[in-house]
Amino acid sequence: MITILTNKILNKSSTPSKRADGRASDDLRPFKIEAGVLERADGSAYLELGGNKVMVAVYGPRELHIRRLMQPDRAVLRCRYNMAPFSVDDRKRPGPDRRSIEISKITSEAIMPAVFLERFPRSTIDVFIEVLEAEGGTRCAGITAASVALADAGVPMRDLVVACAAGKSDGEVVLDLSEAEDKDGEADVPVAIMPRTGEITLLQSDGHLTSEEFEKALNMAIDGCMKLSKAQKEAIIKRYGD
Amino acid sequence: MVIIIPEIIKESLNNLVKNGDRADDRSFDQYRDIVLETGVIDKAEGSARVKIGKTQIMVGTKSQLGEPFSDTPNVGVLMTNSELIPMAAPDFEPGPPDERSVELSRVTDRCMREAKVIDLEKLCIIEGKKVWMIFVDLHIIDYDGNLMDAAVLGSMAALMNTKIPEAKVVDDEVVIDEEKKIPLPIKEKALMCTFAKIGGELIVDPSLEEEQVMSSRISIGMRTDGSICSMQKGGMQPLTKDEIIKAVARSKVLTKKLMEHLPQNKQ
Amino acid sequence: MIFIEDKQMVIPGDVLADKEYQSGRGTFKEDDKICSSLVGLVAVRDKKISVIPIQSKYIPKRGDVVIGEITDIRFSMWNLNINSPYSGILPASDVFGKEKRDLSKAFVVGDVLFLRVVDVDEVKKVKLGLKGRGLGKFRDGILIYITPTKVPRLIGKKGSMINMIKDETKCEVVVGQNGVVWVKGDPSMERVAEKVINMIEEQAHTSGLTDRVRNMLYKLLGKENPEEALESEKPEKALEPENPEKEKEPFDEEDEEENGEDLIQ
Repeated sequence: MITILTNKILNKSSTPSKRADGRASDDLRPFKIEAGVLERADGSAYLELGGNKVMVAVYGPRELHIRRLMQPDRAVLRCRYNMAPFSVDDRKRPGPDRRSIEISKITSEAIMPAVFLERFPRSTIDVFIEVLEAEGGTRCAGITAASVALADAGVPMRDLVVACAAGKSDGEVVLDLSEAEDKDGEADVPVAIMPRTGEITLLQSDGHLTSEEFEKALNMAIDGCMKLSKAQKEAIIKRYGD
Repeated sequence: MVIIIPEIIKESLNNLVKNGDRADDRSFDQYRDIVLETGVIDKAEGSARVKIGKTQIMVGTKSQLGEPFSDTPNVGVLMTNSELIPMAAPDFEPGPPDERSVELSRVTDRCMREAKVIDLEKLCIIEGKKVWMIFVDLHIIDYDGNLMDAAVLGSMAALMNTKIPEAKVVDDEVVIDEEKKIPLPIKEKALMCTFAKIGGELIVDPSLEEEQVMSSRISIGMRTDGSICSMQKGGMQPLTKDEIIKAVARSKVLTKKLMEHLPQNKQ
Repeated sequence: MIFIEDKQMVIPGDVLADKEYQSGRGTFKEDDKICSSLVGLVAVRDKKISVIPIQSKYIPKRGDVVIGEITDIRFSMWNLNINSPYSGILPASDVFGKEKRDLSKAFVVGDVLFLRVVDVDEVKKVKLGLKGRGLGKFRDGILIYITPTKVPRLIGKKGSMINMIKDETKCEVVVGQNGVVWVKGDPSMERVAEKVINMIEEQAHTSGLTDRVRNMLYKLLGKENPEEALESEKPEKALEPENPEKEKEPFDEEDEEENGEDLIQ
């Protein structure tokens, strides 16, 4: 069961900041994660982060009917990132565009290192990420929710991949840019990690940064990932908790 | 991917209905639990999340300025689109809408349009030039049977929840006031009621497994006054005239009850 | 060093113990550490750590008995859906021997069969067979789908759980190791069995399940529960049977034979 929150109260922060929503530079937007929210899918998860609302369904490992995609020694992992037409300010035309195709690809690559694909040769694991509402940072939200959905589906993994972005807005390096900060901001750096080892499975950078600023943003994003990682675990335990 | 229904399941469900039962203990005129929430997507002009049993649909509306159709220069445009996204069921494939999805969109659209739920003339800004186009997008996220009734219920609720910016004409130019939002001119309500034929009987609100074994289906769109605004027969087998007439009578009672789930239009 | 307790719920990536322990099912070794690869309950037996998953797909293994459904008829075999990432085939020769006969005379698309996994080859071709007592086509009844790893829980210790369901509902019950359960009896009793089996599926990871199943059965059947007043039994172990070796054999062999008797073709 999902409750959709609207008009959430923002976390009050002690660190002074000039961010529009009153957050400190290293604050995440309010978030929540739920596991097992859909009936038909083998695994599912719902995530809210600020104004983002993302639903993920996992099917598989299941039979792959397209022979040319088949891998003889492992499962294929297919991710599809899709935005609902009503998820953005101007109605988005249904169907994939260049942006969503790229995000689908890097999402697969971000998650793949964590999955024991070799356990299921010739099969497929399908991850469907649906953005129901977008407010900056949906690709990271999708990856974080996808890991929870994969765990919920019983797919064996080395770790739960988690993602978070940092960037530069109004001359300051900040964590988890909102849509407004991203639009007027100088840079955005989405990062995904496997938290136990700290290995990075996704990195993009869009904008202008000095190498010092980049390092600061990277560290900040990793810290943000660790906070979300805790919420991922709690969501899964809560699903089965007594 | 084709889902094949085991023969013994078909038999068992047919026999249950013949004995007056259903697998989930419902009566023939009983809907599953219905949950309807509105205003769930802030970025949409109107939105609703509807659940009938485990079937779940997100509906969002968007408004855009556009040109009217040349044969109706003084009315706004209502467009309904649905996507059976692969999240919702193992046999839904990615790609352009297939025939099931197009049927769902068109049936929902006809029910809303023919019932004249919106006073589309009020959505005309400059005759022949500028009108409001209202998009109703149905995002099917969990498919557990009876999408039609859920789609119409969700669309109706989302339209009732919709607020669009005020548009004025100043010196032949359209001026949009984003700060001032006004509700859509809703003048009627319509909902849909679907029966599946199993074991020689018509049962309302078929679940997924009931849909998988049904021989045919009849969906009836109805306005508050009990008049019919649209119908759609589906499935591989025929229905008798008598069955259809009886279904219409039953849907009068059922639609009335379904209406109670709609939020009251208090504007 | 061990970092978790027996029966604790863990998730993928959790570090369970260091190198003095052995890595069992549902775990993997990384830099001298044993980690969980699944969401599930930890089972520590001597120095071996395993994780019993809460969700899983059925991966066919030679010797398993499964319930499958015919999805296609080919030149010399049937294709079957066995609720797994890998579909199965039943060669015509297994049914007709060397005789050439029309396959659809024996089984048609939509038929449900109780079969044994004869072989799984390198390219994951799953060969099924019908040789053995109790194997064959089901007539009437209903199917219920559960997570394959919960099959031992549904069977219970020495068949205690499944026998209780059979005795109370007077239904025949056959459980495939692929998580497909066939139930046949009075239609209303079939539905009672279905509700109870779904409850076991949902609560397989909790303790005290046998009591709750009994209470539910009695409630659904409108019977007095003679043991309700008595102190409830000691909570039993969740998911994992006493003896980890036994877990691989979730079936009470006698049960299986007995159920299948009238199914022989």
